[in-house]
Amino acid sequence: MASVTFDKATRLYPGSTKPAVDALDLSVADGEFLVLVGPSGCGKSTSLRMLAGLEEVNEGNILIGDRNVTDVPPKDRDIAMVFQNYALYPHMTVAENMGFALKIAGVNKDERATRVLEAAKLLDLEPYLGRKPKALSGGQRQRVAMGRAIVRQPQVFLMDEPLSNLDAKLRVQTRTQIASLQRRLGVTTVYVTHDQTEALTMGDRIAVLKDGVLQQVGTPRDLYEKPQNVFVAGFIGSPAMNLFEADIVDTGIAFGTAVAEVDRETLGTTSGRKATIGVRPEDLMVSADNRGLPVEVDLVEELGADGYLYGHTDVNGQRVDVVARVDGRNHPNAGDRVFITPEPKHIHVFDVESGLRLSKPITV
Amino acid sequence: MSATTPAVSLPVDDQTKRRLDRGGKSEASTMAGRTKKRLSSRGATLGALVIAVLWTLPTLGLFISSFRPAGLVNTTGWWTIVQNPGFTFDNYVEVLGTGNSQLDLAGAFINSLAITIPATVFPLVIATLAAYAFAWIPFKGKNWLFIGVFALQIVPIQMALIPLLSLFSRGLNIGGVQIFDSLGSAGGYGQVWIAHTIFALPLAIFLLHAFVSEIPGEVIEAARVDGASHGQLFFRIVLPLSMPAIASFAIFQFIWVWNDLLVGLVFADGAAAPMTKLLAEIVGQRGQDWYLLTAGAFISILVPLVVFFSLQRYFVRGLLAGSTKG
Repeated sequence: MASVTFDKATRLYPGSTKPAVDALDLSVADGEFLVLVGPSGCGKSTSLRMLAGLEEVNEGNILIGDRNVTDVPPKDRDIAMVFQNYALYPHMTVAENMGFALKIAGVNKDERATRVLEAAKLLDLEPYLGRKPKALSGGQRQRVAMGRAIVRQPQVFLMDEPLSNLDAKLRVQTRTQIASLQRRLGVTTVYVTHDQTEALTMGDRIAVLKDGVLQQVGTPRDLYEKPQNVFVAGFIGSPAMNLFEADIVDTGIAFGTAVAEVDRETLGTTSGRKATIGVRPEDLMVSADNRGLPVEVDLVEELGADGYLYGHTDVNGQRVDVVARVDGRNHPNAGDRVFITPEPKHIHVFDVESGLRLSKPITV
Repeated sequence: MSATTPAVSLPVDDQTKRRLDRGGKSEASTMAGRTKKRLSSRGATLGALVIAVLWTLPTLGLFISSFRPAGLVNTTGWWTIVQNPGFTFDNYVEVLGTGNSQLDLAGAFINSLAITIPATVFPLVIATLAAYAFAWIPFKGKNWLFIGVFALQIVPIQMALIPLLSLFSRGLNIGGVQIFDSLGSAGGYGQVWIAHTIFALPLAIFLLHAFVSEIPGEVIEAARVDGASHGQLFFRIVLPLSMPAIASFAIFQFIWVWNDLLVGLVFADGAAAPMTKLLAEIVGQRGQDWYLLTAGAFISILVPLVVFFSLQRYFVRGLLAGSTKG
């Protein structure tokens, strides 16, 4: 077991002027499950591959425990990696696949067999030990890839979107399995995904990246309740947070015909007379007294217990799409015009220019 | 079909409707399905059959001729075997008893094996290692070096014979410094091994590189993370996965060297000469005994046939299946 530290780690691909990973500062505690999340091309996989030693580090350092591994080849880093496409050895049986690393490490045959069997039991792979990968289903292959990592008992697990090739149902199932397995084994894990739901459900902490720059690190709750900037606010949460620019007025921020109350302290820090306001769909209510933001309802998505109202409105001449959670049984219909107001304590205010968070953390 | 299918109007677009009308399965619309259909069609089978017969015909003629008496071979064609029947083992007996002052056929057969096996193994070993390096080890100037190796294929063998021969007989001398001594006169197998290896390498490296670089990168990376060094990667991952390519090149190279006369004639003379040289001699000075070649060809063809059938099982498709998704 060990912690992992990225110390201003930078990766600049040859022939490119913009680094794929820009001075990443991140530390993962011993036994922690950290999820790297971001849109495609944000540098999350590159960061993971830098940690694995498969990608060069142009500047900065990477530490596993107290050991600087920046220039250590992958084979000497004592890490195990699960690849997106599993990368099983096609000419070896499941047992040979799982025991390969031990064989290379010179572990004797008996111990190898014991450890492979142990991992196979853990993953329900016992009946398949003698099979070749091509005779396995996608889910089984994924488990073999996991097993290959577990058998090694490494310092760190690295997982590069290991669930993206599974079907939706299996993905949800495997998601919880991996998370509980990790907690049981207590091995430090860095997990890459582009799926924010996966990130929220699996990680102890989440690191959000965009264009190679770390945006925010924190627990899932932190990120959800206190996004540091507009990007994180829009990326975490599904459906996404409603974000639009609005005028600042005396007691707060204009929200259609109503005023969203924001304390003076926060308002004082804005640059100019506008602010970006963010409200999550569940924090928007259809108002009874026709005050608030007038919204044309385009569509209501019914999910049983509740539904999502999709509509649009005009804010200072700009079309803004709005999503709000509504009651499942009793909700406006498409074509209606309703007024929407935010839950006063759940308003996120961001600076228009820098996109940084201005409002204080939400107290629940 | 229309009698059993009730006439309902399905809410589908024109294209799908047409396909349904034709009774086409969705399988036919996939790439694999189409290929399969095309390859197993009656026309394709017939075409393959015609080609196979045409290609086999000369061999059959040779085979029949090899059992006909010399007189008949010299006066009538093999296709008149029914009108001019005749059967004899004389040709085989005569060929097996042939030889010159230095060599008999058995000796030449051993020579051929002694030349061909190392001349197949050496280029394969070097080329597999080189292919691995070109495909999976990053180093400076890799692409230029690879282009250079590939470009060497343009050099015709005939142009390289004299310089190579002079290199062997005089040794290498650069600016007055003797790098290595001459290998002496044409004798022994060393020279012909080196020559065949040199001539085979560009193509071998090119073909094997194409195959080795197709191994999914993630598999190589997984092995590196699993702790494999370059040597372990090569022997435990790349080599087993490249067997189909290695086997096919081994067959090509074996047959090419086995049937080679030119390189053998130049670099392996006298007591080290291969069977091809002896067979070329048996037709006599003026080619008057050419009918003996028919039997000689069949004796000579035996070994390549054995090689082909023992290695052809490595031509298995889908060896990489299951390593990654799909």
